[in-house]
Amino acid sequence: MKINYPVTLRLAALAAATTIIGGCATTRQQYDYTAFKEARPASILVLPPINNSPDVNGTYSMMSQVTQPLAESGYYVFPVTLVDETFKQNGLTSPNDIHDVPVKKLREIFGADAALYINIKDYGTKYIVISSETRVTAAAKIVDLRTGKTLWSGAATASSAEGDSGGGGLAGVLIKAVVKQVLETSLEQGHVIAGHTSNRLLSAARPNGILYGPRSSQHQKEGVQTK
Amino acid sequence: MTYKYYKHARLLTAGLTVLLLSSCATKQQSLYYWGDFQTQQYAYFKNEKGTEDSIQRLEKIREDAKANGKPVPPGLQAHLGMLYGQAGQTDKFERHLEAEKQQFPECTSYLDFLLKKNQKSKATP
Repeated sequence: MKINYPVTLRLAALAAATTIIGGCATTRQQYDYTAFKEARPASILVLPPINNSPDVNGTYSMMSQVTQPLAESGYYVFPVTLVDETFKQNGLTSPNDIHDVPVKKLREIFGADAALYINIKDYGTKYIVISSETRVTAAAKIVDLRTGKTLWSGAATASSAEGDSGGGGLAGVLIKAVVKQVLETSLEQGHVIAGHTSNRLLSAARPNGILYGPRSSQHQKEGVQTK
Repeated sequence: MTYKYYKHARLLTAGLTVLLLSSCATKQQSLYYWGDFQTQQYAYFKNEKGTEDSIQRLEKIREDAKANGKPVPPGLQAHLGMLYGQAGQTDKFERHLEAEKQQFPECTSYLDFLLKKNQKSKATP
C-alpha cells in the first residue's frame, strides 16, 4: 500500500536530515592523519613543556594538566612526576635540553611509543587599564619514538576574557566556572585556564585533534562516526 | 489509513530524534576516576605539600575510585609509590610500581628500570 505523506511532513523530514548532516560538520581543512594511523601509538611520554612566557609556573602547571585529556582519549600516559625526576637524576633540568634528547634515547629509557612536545606561548595574567585577562596558549606535537616521525601537531588557547564579547553563552559559562574553581581551590587562575587549554589541545574528537588511543572504545573508529 | 500514516510519522520522528541526539553528542563516560590527581601532581612539582599529606590525598582518590567502580588513572599508583619511596617505605614503593605495571603493561620497561635502580641503591647503603 502506498502512503502519501503530506508535503509539509516531507519538507520537515528533509530539513531534519539536512540539519543532521550539516550539524556537526565544520568546514575546515582536514588534518592529514596518514602517519598517525600508520603508527597507532598506545603510550605517550609527556616531556616538560618549553615555557616562552614570563611566568615561571608555566612548565609544571601545563605538565600536570595534560594527563587527563590524553588518558581519557585512550592512551597510557607516563607518570609525569616520575618522568621529571628521571630527567633530573640524569642532569636534565631544562625543558629545552630535554626536547633535544634523541628519540632513540627516550625510547630506550621509557619504552614509550610516542612523546609529546609542548611549547607554551602565553601563560598568565595581563593587566590592561582596568581589566585583566588570563590566557594560556600552547602548541604541541606528538612524535613517534620508534621512527622519529611527527604524527600530529596542533595548538590551542583559552582565555578568561572569552565571555566578554559573546555576551554569555558557552564562553560565559567557562569563565564563571573558572572563577568558581579559583575561589574554591585557591589555585592560581593561570593553572585553571591551562587545564582548559590542555583539554582543547589534547582531547580526541576535536576538529583536527589527536586520534583516539587503544584504551578508548572509539579507537580506530574515526571516519565511521562522521559518515 | 490515517492511523497508519500517523504511525509512520511517529516512527520517523522518533528515529530522527535518536539520530539527532546521537550524532553530535559524543560526550562519553570518563574512563577513570580522577579526583584531584592532577592538582596533586602540580602540588608535588611546586613542592607545596608534605609527603605524608600527599600520600593521604592520593589514598583517598584510590578509595573514592573504588567506591565509584572506576579504575584510577595512569600514573596514580606510580606517583603514590614514589611518595612512599620518598617517605622511606621501599616495600610500598615496589608494591605500587608493580600495581601500576599490572594495570598498565605499557609502562613495564620504564618501571622495571626504576625498580632495578632502587634495588641497586638498597644494595649500596
